[in-house]
Amino acid sequence: MSTDVGLAVLPASLQANPRLSTWLRLTRDGHAWVSSGKVELGQGILGALSQIVAEELGIRVERVRMTGAVTGASPDEAVTSGSLSVQHSGAALRHVCAQARALHLARAAALHAVDAQDVAALEVVDGEIRLGDRRLSSYWDLAEDEAGSGAGTGLLDVDAVPGVATRPAAAYTVVGRAQPRADIADKVFGEFVFIHDLVLPRMAHGRVVRPPSPDAVLEACDEDAARALDGVLAVLRDGSQLGVVAETETLAERAAAKLAASCAWIERESLPDADALRPWLRSLPSTALELRQGEPAPGAVRTLRASYDKPFIRHAAIGPSCALARSEGEALEVWTHSQAIYNLRRDLGLAFGLPAERIRVRHVQGAGCYGHNGADDVAYDAAWLARACPGRAVRVQWSRADELCWSPVGPAMAIDLEADVDAAGRVLAWRHSAWSPGHGLRPGRGATPTLLGSWYLAEPFERIAAVDAPRAAGGGGDRNAEPLYAFASHEVVCRRVSDVPMRTSALRSLGAFANVFAIESFMDELALAADEDPLAYRLAQLDDPRGRAVLRAVAAMSGWTPRARPAGDGIGRGLGFARYKGTGAWCAVVAEARVEERVRVLRLHIAVDVGLAVNPDGVRQQIEGGALQATSWTLFEEAHFDRTRMLDTDWDAYPILRFTDAPRIDVELVPGGMASLGAGEASLGPTAAAIANAVHDALGVRVRALPLRPERIVQAMDA
Amino acid sequence: MAVSITVNGVRRTLDVDADRSLLDVLRNELDLRASHFGCGVGQCGACMVLLDGHAVPSCDTPLWSADGKDVRTAEGLGTRAAPHALQLAFIEEQAAQCGYCTSGMLISAAALLRRDADPDEAAIRAGMARNLCRCGTHPRVMRAIVRVAARSRP
Repeated sequence: MSTDVGLAVLPASLQANPRLSTWLRLTRDGHAWVSSGKVELGQGILGALSQIVAEELGIRVERVRMTGAVTGASPDEAVTSGSLSVQHSGAALRHVCAQARALHLARAAALHAVDAQDVAALEVVDGEIRLGDRRLSSYWDLAEDEAGSGAGTGLLDVDAVPGVATRPAAAYTVVGRAQPRADIADKVFGEFVFIHDLVLPRMAHGRVVRPPSPDAVLEACDEDAARALDGVLAVLRDGSQLGVVAETETLAERAAAKLAASCAWIERESLPDADALRPWLRSLPSTALELRQGEPAPGAVRTLRASYDKPFIRHAAIGPSCALARSEGEALEVWTHSQAIYNLRRDLGLAFGLPAERIRVRHVQGAGCYGHNGADDVAYDAAWLARACPGRAVRVQWSRADELCWSPVGPAMAIDLEADVDAAGRVLAWRHSAWSPGHGLRPGRGATPTLLGSWYLAEPFERIAAVDAPRAAGGGGDRNAEPLYAFASHEVVCRRVSDVPMRTSALRSLGAFANVFAIESFMDELALAADEDPLAYRLAQLDDPRGRAVLRAVAAMSGWTPRARPAGDGIGRGLGFARYKGTGAWCAVVAEARVEERVRVLRLHIAVDVGLAVNPDGVRQQIEGGALQATSWTLFEEAHFDRTRMLDTDWDAYPILRFTDAPRIDVELVPGGMASLGAGEASLGPTAAAIANAVHDALGVRVRALPLRPERIVQAMDA
Repeated sequence: MAVSITVNGVRRTLDVDADRSLLDVLRNELDLRASHFGCGVGQCGACMVLLDGHAVPSCDTPLWSADGKDVRTAEGLGTRAAPHALQLAFIEEQAAQCGYCTSGMLISAAALLRRDADPDEAAIRAGMARNLCRCGTHPRVMRAIVRVAARSRP
């Protein structure tokens, strides 16, 4: 069988976790047990990884069992984020399985005295090792070597080595085919166990009484009244962190309500004016990241400018954050839907003064997660309460109000764009200035914990400001700030502002959402000024062949008709395009919107190039989901607060997209290359821009601030 | 006061605090955990159950108000051996991502099809308007409902 020459360097995840048996175990009962450091967030990643495993080992995908991630046993792959799981864990597993296959073939050859010249002819058919028609052995037979032999003697108890040949993509039979997700049937039949559904022996229920505002300080409360309730196991207070544990969920809720009613808080106005975020962001101290390329070409005849704004956006998970914890002596066990079990373990260690080896963190799937949500924070709450109830498993589930108001929030951004254009309206020099709080407050990266509750103790840990990852690791506010177009020069200045009272952190696509919304809105404004069709205007200034291909594909599938002027008849079409992070998937969107009393997005056409789609239907799901979520952000979403309190206490206060507003959606996968690129975040920015551009096409007015609320549109029309 | 309800075809007499929510009782007393808590005030649909055939949010339905009634949860819609048409259609369309809202979606869709076996697009959107999904599976859920509706046509 032909193979691809292996990588000279091991994938990064494998360098960090080289032992093959950390990733893969083959057992006599005919299963491949796979352990990835990436976790299932509802995105279907475990299914895609199991396809890679099945492909490389040469087994049916039904034989693959993905095991839940747990610290101490699973490979440490840091965070499941950034649309990188197929690249990171997929690359590692592909190598592990290729090496495992080679090891098993070699063992079978040795056991059956296969002639050296025949070794290359050995084949694997669903785990059976064959030479022509002759069955020599199987993975499952050879697993006898490992059964009961203890660690260190099995075929896979070796480290990964570079240079292992992998199957050529052209020969793939499992990867690249739509594969139904096994978990969907489990969920449809009500059999799937979310973390919310987990029941542990001797389980008790905890609730934390959160302050009424981010800077509130607890002055007094009647702990004894709550403690006196039947079935209450513990009432805990440490500074402004307050909670209860009770025998049942109902009792925990009631005790928490009683406790909350008895609290006296001192509150302070610490929040900015929600209606004037732009001047506030620009007034804050900041650290600038500057990116320059090229020299402005001569011939500029004029300069165009526009400013774009994005508000704070809530994570707004459909299920409230939930965790379970059990403390016995110095040992702490935590069940969590965190994106990063090892990072959470590190911060729990810091918060409780426990060494890492005493803490075990297990991943259990939660409701959909689109960035840094409250999963880590509620895990702290559960552990904090469990430490007061030794031997009892304590389950904590946040309220809807806490989920909306206390989960980390996606940062507001202000963006100014300028372009010097020539007589034909083409860009000679492009300038991008952005102001944004940091997009990264994940646990496990600092000297002190980022866990919410730990900031409210009597001796609190420092309230750390969110930071941005380095450019090479994807950046934050600067993500997608550099234009992909072939402008003669660009100058990008991204300012990360500090002294922000909100806990900002990563929300799906980070800065790319606002940057692409701004860039692609401005491109339409420049096209209008040049009296040119927006599609033609982009293509004229885009060299990237795969970018051009998705633009052409979306134009074809949507039946794009050239337009230099807005239709202005209440129904419009708009275009948006980006290559995610400048290094990921290419995505182009055409939105069709009708604007009456408000904006309705009727249809989205999307063309995307993710390279090799491991599971094409999984890619479609992610692209659709990203586009629908972006539609919600673009039309409806902004965090509400007054100068003291967060106001998003329920779904009426913080509306999101409902069925009544969901657009029809068509996704076309454009073939482009054999390397797989992540799909989870590629469609968000282009969708926002496409909708804003469609609104302009419908009305002839430009709305540059999100969300595209009716009053904003009226203001723009009056201007 | 003991409350009697029929849950997924089985009559249950529950001697618990009747002010507790139906959701709490289903999950914590009857171990039926497909219905999920999302908001507690009937705004998201993750906890939808059929109460005498009508979709209601069980999170703000007190147990006493269900006394003598028929309750059906997602666990009671169908089984792997005898699946409900909607369950099959959701699998065929892969109409879930995280799946937290799925049981509530199935219940609302079942109630919708009970009222109107062949709803048009506007009726589907209206019938599902009380169910939130954050993953963006709306178009697939609508397609799944259309699939079942189409099968009902003579």
